[in-house]
Amino acid sequence: MHPAPSVILFTTLSGLGFGLLFWLGLGFPPVKGWAAFGYFTLAYLLSVGGLLASVFHLGRPERALRAFTQWRSSWLSREGVCSVAALLTMAIYGAGLVFLGQNWTILGVIGAGLSLATVFTTGMIYAQLKTVPRWNTWVTPVLFLAFSISGGSLLAGQGTVTLILLLVTAGILLFWWQIGDGAMGASGSNLGTATGLGSIGRVTQFEAPHTGRNYLLNEFAFEVGRKQAAKLRVIALVAGFAVPTVCLLLPVSVFGLGIAAVAHFIGVAASRWLFFAEAEHVTAIYYGKAGAV
Amino acid sequence: MTTLPKSTEKQLGLVIDLDTCVGCHACVVSCKGWNTENYGAPLADLDAYGADPVGTFLNRVHSYEVEPETGPAQLIHFPKSCLHCEDAPCVTVCPTGASYKRVEDGIVLVNEDQCIGCGLCAWACPYGARELDGAEKVMKKCTLCVDRIYNENLPEEDRVPACVRTCPAGARHFGDLSDPSSDVSQLVRERDGMDLMPEQGTKPANKYLPPRPKDKISVESGQGEIPQLTPVAEEAKGFVGWLDRMLDKI
Amino acid sequence: MTSISPTINLSPKVSDEVRKTTCYMCACRCGINVHMKDGEVAYIEGNRDHPVNKGVLCAKGSAGIMQHNAPSRLRAPLKRVGPRGSGQFEEISWDEALDIAAGWLAPLRETDPSKLAFFTGRDQSQSFTSFWAQNFGTPNYAAHGGFCSVNMAAAGIYTMGGAFWEFGQPDWDRTKLFMLFGVAEDHDSNPIKMGIGRLKAQGGRIIGVNPIRTGYNAVADEWVGITPGTDGLFILALVHELLKAGKIDLEYLAQFTNAPVLVNSDPASPEHGLFLRNDAGQPLVMDRSTGEPAPFDQPGVRPDMAAVWEKDGVVHRPVMHLLAERYLSAEYGPDAVAGRCGVAADRIRDIAAELARVAFDEAFELPIAWTDFRGTRHTSMKGRPVSFHAMRGISAHSNGFQTCRSLHLLQILLGTVEVPGGFRFKPPYPKPVSAHPKPHYGVQAGKPLDGPHLGFVRGPEDLALKEDGTPARIDKAFTWENPMSSHGLMHMVISNAHAGDPYKIDTLFMYMANMSWNSTMNTSGVMNMLTDKDEHGAYVIPHIIYSDAYSSEMVAYADLILPDTTYLERHDCISLLDRPICEADAAADAIRWPVVEPDRDVRGFQTVLVQLANKMQLPGFTNADGSAKYEDYADYIVNHERKPGIGPLAGWRMNGNETSHGRGAPNLEQINRYIENGGFFVSHIPEDCAYMKPWNAGYQDWAVEMGLYDAPQPYIFDVYVETMRKFQLAAEGNGARQPPDHLRARIRETLDPLPIWYPPFEDSHVSEDNYPVHALTQRPMAMYHSWGTQNAWLRQIHGRNPLYVPTAIWQANGFAEGDWASVTSVHGSITVPVAHMAALNSNTVWTWNAIGKRKGAWALSEDATEATKGFLLNHLIHELLPPKGDGLRWANSDPVTGQAAWFDLRVRIEKARPQAEAQPAFDKLGSPVGVGPDTLTWKVKS
Ligand SMILES: Nc1nc2c(c(=O)[nH]1)N[C@H]1C(S)=C(S)[C@@H](COP(=O)(O)OP(=O)(O)OC[C@H]3O[C@@H](n4cnc5c(=O)[nH]c(N)nc54)[C@H](O)[C@@H]3O)O[C@H]1N2
Ligand SMILES: Nc1nc2c(c(=O)[nH]1)N[C@H]1C(S)=C(S)[C@@H](COP(=O)(O)OP(=O)(O)OC[C@H]3O[C@@H](n4cnc5c(=O)[nH]c(N)nc54)[C@H](O)[C@@H]3O)O[C@H]1N2
Ligand code: SF4
Ligand code: SF4
Ligand code: SF4
Ligand code: SF4
Ligand code: SF4
Ligand SMILES: [Mo]
Repeated sequence: MHPAPSVILFTTLSGLGFGLLFWLGLGFPPVKGWAAFGYFTLAYLLSVGGLLASVFHLGRPERALRAFTQWRSSWLSREGVCSVAALLTMAIYGAGLVFLGQNWTILGVIGAGLSLATVFTTGMIYAQLKTVPRWNTWVTPVLFLAFSISGGSLLAGQGTVTLILLLVTAGILLFWWQIGDGAMGASGSNLGTATGLGSIGRVTQFEAPHTGRNYLLNEFAFEVGRKQAAKLRVIALVAGFAVPTVCLLLPVSVFGLGIAAVAHFIGVAASRWLFFAEAEHVTAIYYGKAGAV
Repeated sequence: MTTLPKSTEKQLGLVIDLDTCVGCHACVVSCKGWNTENYGAPLADLDAYGADPVGTFLNRVHSYEVEPETGPAQLIHFPKSCLHCEDAPCVTVCPTGASYKRVEDGIVLVNEDQCIGCGLCAWACPYGARELDGAEKVMKKCTLCVDRIYNENLPEEDRVPACVRTCPAGARHFGDLSDPSSDVSQLVRERDGMDLMPEQGTKPANKYLPPRPKDKISVESGQGEIPQLTPVAEEAKGFVGWLDRMLDKI
Repeated sequence: MTSISPTINLSPKVSDEVRKTTCYMCACRCGINVHMKDGEVAYIEGNRDHPVNKGVLCAKGSAGIMQHNAPSRLRAPLKRVGPRGSGQFEEISWDEALDIAAGWLAPLRETDPSKLAFFTGRDQSQSFTSFWAQNFGTPNYAAHGGFCSVNMAAAGIYTMGGAFWEFGQPDWDRTKLFMLFGVAEDHDSNPIKMGIGRLKAQGGRIIGVNPIRTGYNAVADEWVGITPGTDGLFILALVHELLKAGKIDLEYLAQFTNAPVLVNSDPASPEHGLFLRNDAGQPLVMDRSTGEPAPFDQPGVRPDMAAVWEKDGVVHRPVMHLLAERYLSAEYGPDAVAGRCGVAADRIRDIAAELARVAFDEAFELPIAWTDFRGTRHTSMKGRPVSFHAMRGISAHSNGFQTCRSLHLLQILLGTVEVPGGFRFKPPYPKPVSAHPKPHYGVQAGKPLDGPHLGFVRGPEDLALKEDGTPARIDKAFTWENPMSSHGLMHMVISNAHAGDPYKIDTLFMYMANMSWNSTMNTSGVMNMLTDKDEHGAYVIPHIIYSDAYSSEMVAYADLILPDTTYLERHDCISLLDRPICEADAAADAIRWPVVEPDRDVRGFQTVLVQLANKMQLPGFTNADGSAKYEDYADYIVNHERKPGIGPLAGWRMNGNETSHGRGAPNLEQINRYIENGGFFVSHIPEDCAYMKPWNAGYQDWAVEMGLYDAPQPYIFDVYVETMRKFQLAAEGNGARQPPDHLRARIRETLDPLPIWYPPFEDSHVSEDNYPVHALTQRPMAMYHSWGTQNAWLRQIHGRNPLYVPTAIWQANGFAEGDWASVTSVHGSITVPVAHMAALNSNTVWTWNAIGKRKGAWALSEDATEATKGFLLNHLIHELLPPKGDGLRWANSDPVTGQAAWFDLRVRIEKARPQAEAQPAFDKLGSPVGVGPDTLTWKVKS
């Protein structure tokens, strides 16, 4: 799949943002007043920033509001609804903390729940797609949640908890890669099934329908080199997990936390780039690509 | 509205004969022409006369080679447009309700005024049947010529999809696949019509008729005497012998 | 919840008006419905009532709207201001343009009309353009047939009075086995596709003989991936098997062919090999009832193919004997030819058996009573459901004429021509050679030519040679080098004019032929010839006038451009006098008419010719009082009479004050009648005349009525072509007109009156070790030569063309996707992208024809893929064969007809470094029209 910067940015930022909101909603760190203001600003910058980025991904951003109507059937719509609900709830909760010094725990817990729900729906948007075998697994939303919670806890400065969460997340990521690499093969789709001609013999593409490019090729026929992918996987692991872990093991310092956060962000972004770049769409089979033969 | 109808009154669709399609692209261009002028926004062509033209097409003809265990390679021309799936994932993923399946006839359509161009429906389609228009930025797809097949401004016999009307080889058939007695349903039964990517579970309405077995007559080869070719005279007698025997044939 | 579909308008208005005219995106000439909105072209679909396409339309036809609106359309007459080939022009008025043209032409006419060479490539108005040339008086006129498929036309007409091409078609409703040789698309584009569809729907089967398995050959049930240039061998091996098994239609051969005709078998006679004739000159056959010789067409005669005639100690034998003797010989057997053809001997036998099975075991009778030309009444017609079709794959070789003849021999032996289920002619065919004109070349200053330029020679006496024996025509048509060149040799004109051989010309006037690019051999050489200057710094070809509608590569090489309209903006006439659009069951003709007015300063070329003729007061265009006969082409179409009562259009003529069809006086309302009728006229052949046409008295009478003939023309098929034997006799030293010595041997070998096979000439002129691979081109169904590229829709389908390489060569060279290769012929080398293909003859490479373009042409941006990745094979093909030490340069054409031997090409292929651009790359041409717009969102809002 074409790794569109807008989508990578969106999922990365909003993941961290809602992760942070989740922790704040549960009252970690227990902040009030200006401190709270700082944390909430960061959380909103990330989550809202992410949402905005995703709007730029639309062909017709001016109609974005329509996306709230189909929550009954569409995960994308549900994501919209959840995100807004989460942001509103947490806004009230946050206002309580910042301006009134009040901690409306229930509200916070609900907000935290909605934040996770948002991240879950994001994961489901991809996980639901049978057409992209690498994504089409229950592990995908779990991975999104893990990234979000661990990243959030890093930003929320949850010391040892963060360490454990980072470890777990890294594990899930490795596992997800593991099953992902075999997914296209396991999907059973190839030129034979795509054309129904497999029973006659080995099917290969002779000529693409047009010598010119088209939307489908731009979206679905993105191919990434094995070497490049391997390199990025290492970067994702080192930057996203190793570096933060080290920083966290060193004596606590704002500077250290800063590095940890930035490194983690880079790592997640790298893994997100791979998330799209490595994902093969069955439509590409018709163009002699992906699991064609 | 993007939940799928529990059932549709009809299921219109195309049956495409891979044994007959010569790959002429007539259906591709007539489709482009009709749908540029009709339903919704025109099908744009970016960089139309430049190095990298990218146009929206609702129907494209692929070409594949098939190499059997024995016998020469075969080449199959393979037209593909929206298959108007019964279980259309492109519909349920749509956040706006722009993408829907008609209850009346099972046609899957995009309501362009509601489309936000998020592209998710195209992602959900296994067949590459949806293209986001480069100029209008809304999703385009085969409409099964919904604006032809019921169009009272067209003569009765022209109320068929543009691609079907134009196909010189008669490789494209249009009809109600939910009606077992329809011509298309019969064709599908007689010729073992098949689904594309059945494993995707989309239950496509459009069916493909497989090519008939090819390169078969040489199967009898090397099995000695071929009845049709029994010599009229033994080689030995040569031309004269041949002549005598042919004579009494007249 | 279940969904409620939103209400949409299911009956939108389609158009304000439908205007019915004729497509021009290729020579198939289908009927189209042009949907108009607000006076603009909104949508084009096929016309259901039209005899050719019956409603369907091909990709090109449907894309006509993009052609009509192409940014490459020329806008006004152009005068060259830069050097030739630079593409620098200034727009001028039509008055100035016509003055310039007449200023060059009129003096030539007064002094030596042959100094004008007028050649009209993709012309669909040849009966008019030739009429113009004839009245001008130059012998130098032809259209593109010579480089196209004259072998197909000439072999068919000389053998059976009609050809494949679009002049005949299988009996699609009844044929059960259809065998297709060397066709990718053909002129009959839609009818063939419709036929294949119908055939398959009826459970019929197709055998495709072609090195490449795409398109028609992809849907063929059986594919014979033959080695290029060897079809003749393959076909004659089928003939061998069928003869041996006696699976031939003796009845048919005896009745309707010259198989029983007696051949002078006296080696001493100067007429050895010619037919024995009576005093009336009628060929003789042995009559079975009398045992005596009798004229072949004598009522009641029963031709005997077995009997011989002993006379003065000489045993004269019928054609059938010579034929059987030759093809029964083992050298024609499957085992002898299998290797060379690349087709297994068993496969050849299987196919022969299948032909025999269907032709004889599945024969049937149609209860149609008819009377033959001998007056014999038949109560039924015998059907043999085997049919054949072939085109350039067998004709565009230097052995093409004889190969086409071989195929006709095959279908005639099976008795499948003009019978139910077989191959059928379309009016005005069948038409025997005797009904065709001979070539005319009688030039007189200030006078018209003494007759039509092109025709069919009957022997050496008809060759277009001057007193001194030198060629009368600039293209050397109808000379000893290619005696039966019925379509002329357009591909030789530029090189001959440049060489001043046989003589120098002053003005080269061309119409609709991209001769500096895809329609020429030796492309870069031709560009040099067009721009070459003599020692005085003057162009070797002094003047070049060209008519094109679009900014093609050729435009840049002319001094004066006469811009044509698009096909939707002018009057045209698809005439029975020309290449008509008839079906086997009907005679038909059609028109084009301006469904929209041009928005540019352009004129229909035929109208421009009328205006030029009027300026020069050409005889056929001028009344006794010096006034002009015709104001424009429409006027000519309606009022011109070729013979009294016969005009360009057969429909709605005047008979007194009644309208009548076929023959009749001009009708001023004729064009309106055509428009009312959907742009065409069709007259159906009576049922009892629909088959056996050459011998069917009923058909003959109908044809006379329609004005196709002046008198009935029954004839028998010439499996043995006496005319060819006459050239052989000359080569053997008989007769007054003698060939030059260096040609004697070749004429003796290649003009055999019975079909033969010989290797394509290139094989004997280049080393097969250095150039082991055959290289071919194919027509893409969705592109028309060079001109499809300017079409924004079509160019997305074919915007570049790889060289397709078979598995064996692919692996041997270690090719991978995205690789490039250098392809070298004895004449030149190109470096191009390659792609793999499995369904391909293992010793053949190929590419799509005419996709490669020159930078700056066709209103495309300079970096368009057509100009950077696209390429032509033409750079590898030369109009002359390489020297072979005899001090001569033999033409790369068929020795019988002069047909350009495009497909004889042999190459060597090697892996090359990836290139930025396909080689050779040429610099950019100046463009009179600029580059097209960036984004198209075409919609006629209303
Ligand atoms: N390698 C290779 N070369 C080949 C062949 C092959 O098989 N292989 N095939 C050969 C054959 S058979 C042929 S017929 C030739 C065809 O080649 P050409 O005779 O060159 O035919 P086109 O390229 O179609 O274009 C002829 C010109 O007609 C112009 N034209 C189009 N419409 C109009 C119009 O309405 N009015 C006027 N005045 N001009 C118009 C086009 O712009 C173009 O410049 O190519 C030959 N060249
Ligand atoms: N769409 C479209 N239609 C066209 C045209 C066009 O440009 N585009 N051009 C028109 C013109 S001008 C013409 S002349 C006709 C020509 O129509 P075709 O005769 O179909 O011309 P080609 O495309 O050259 O096809 C030649 C075929 O012969 C095969 N072939 C080559 N050598 C041999 C051989 O030795 N033996 C056998 N058995 N096969 C061989 C090639 O593989 C190819 O399939 O098409 C006309 N129709
Ligand atoms: S029009 Fe018919 S034959 Fe041509 S490509 Fe389309 S389906 Fe195939
Ligand atoms: S083919 Fe694709 S777009 Fe059409 S209905 Fe099926 S899933 Fe949807
Ligand atoms: S692109 Fe349009 S139709 Fe497709 S899912 Fe998005 S909103 Fe729905
Ligand atoms: S049915 Fe209509 S929209 Fe669909 S492919 Fe055919 S022409 Fe195009
Ligand atoms: S075959 Fe196609 S291009 Fe040729 S005349 Fe017919 S519709 Fe036009
Ligand atoms: Mo041609």
